[in-house]
Amino acid sequence: MNRLNQFFNSSIGKKLVMAITGIFLILFLIFHLINNLMLFGGPEFFNENVARLESIKPLIRVMEIILALVFIYHTYTGLKLWWKNKKANPEKYAVNANKENSTVYSRTMTITGSLIFIFLVIHLYTIWVKYNFGMEGSEDYFEVIKIHFANPIWAAFYFIIMIFIGFHINHAFQSAFQSFGWSSKKYTPIVKKIGTVIAIILAVGFASIPVYFFYISFGGQG
Amino acid sequence: MSEKNIKLTLNIWRQESPEAKGHFEKFEKEISPDASILEVLDEINNHLEAEGKEPIAFESDCREGICGTCGFVINGQPHGPLPKTATCQLHMRNFKDGDSLYIEPFRATAFKILKDLIVDRSGFDKIQVAGGFISFNTGSAPDGNAISIAKEIADEALDAAECIGCGACVAACKNSSAMLFVGAKVSQFAILPQGQPERYERVQAMVKVMDENLFGSCTNTYACEAECPKGISVLNIARMNRDYFMAKLKTGTNE
Repeated sequence: MNRLNQFFNSSIGKKLVMAITGIFLILFLIFHLINNLMLFGGPEFFNENVARLESIKPLIRVMEIILALVFIYHTYTGLKLWWKNKKANPEKYAVNANKENSTVYSRTMTITGSLIFIFLVIHLYTIWVKYNFGMEGSEDYFEVIKIHFANPIWAAFYFIIMIFIGFHINHAFQSAFQSFGWSSKKYTPIVKKIGTVIAIILAVGFASIPVYFFYISFGGQG
Repeated sequence: MSEKNIKLTLNIWRQESPEAKGHFEKFEKEISPDASILEVLDEINNHLEAEGKEPIAFESDCREGICGTCGFVINGQPHGPLPKTATCQLHMRNFKDGDSLYIEPFRATAFKILKDLIVDRSGFDKIQVAGGFISFNTGSAPDGNAISIAKEIADEALDAAECIGCGACVAACKNSSAMLFVGAKVSQFAILPQGQPERYERVQAMVKVMDENLFGSCTNTYACEAECPKGISVLNIARMNRDYFMAKLKTGTNE
């Protein structure tokens, strides 16, 4: 145990934690997006599929607990790294030349990550709690989303956060590979492109939902 | 000789001692575009000394870009705006007439400012002492090609060995992480046969001392690679990560 402790307290060990938990969260987001895109199949199709998940509820509950633990550990380690790095570098230069040597995505991981964390808490409170405890016998899950995004503030909030999720993943994917030590002259440029494609697909995919529902709330054709 | 002199405003960091509060001091200078930035500082110091004032403290040695002694931050970039250039190789022709320069020391908790532009980089020495060497007697110089090493491997090892330990990676990093330096020092042995016996002890020992010396943690922004005067690749950091995991898996040590 001592050895394991030392490993996870080392700077490289923490990188590995961020990378493994991060990749796990990206996988979750991909599944989440597939589920969300079913909204485009219309109310009946969506409600049927959500209702069908009832049969695997115990499995979902276990997955939810694992996800929550992974997410919390990712956030906790991220904040710990941020705090340690802040102490290692307390003074800024007179001229900020950051953009000369690094990407904005890589420099803003703590900020985008924190926004995503705040978003997640709100998202769970508004949608997850409603789905799991607030349906009062109704099975119209589609309607919940429709009402939610008819509110322009909710639609805008979700839309903006999805852009930040894209920023976060754009850096995160290739960063995880670097942390695993899986980098090479040959493959790293491809890994970076794949990361960007995943980031764009997730950001555009998730953002399309508030946009779509906000649009139909004006009587647009669904 | 290039054409006429250029006028520059130099704001240079002055700090009496590690504890003292520092500030920028302004110097208006007319300079030959062929002068290196260290020569400009030499000239300013000549004037300061003639006036009986304290000269600007800065470090330099070889002045040909191979020793890693010189180094400060110019307009937010370690070793200035030119890629793969040490401070001493930066000439004033790279600036325009009327430019304003902010010259300040490498900033990091691990690099304490001693005076003006001089910082204490002994953290790097401590990391090196922990394992940046081969500890057994390698005998006299071996015959050429007595140990066959593939050209690509030799190239990679030599690229890593190019690191001059100047500290620009730490200075450029928003986290003041030393991982590019340690990655290079680990890699130059990790891929050569001579480095194998101590490969895993080395990486663990060096990472341990790196963490102890208040260097930050790498978040893969790659600013280090962009600012490195020798163009050391971040692939060396990936190799160090990999070796570190392997070390923890393979060896039973608690280092």
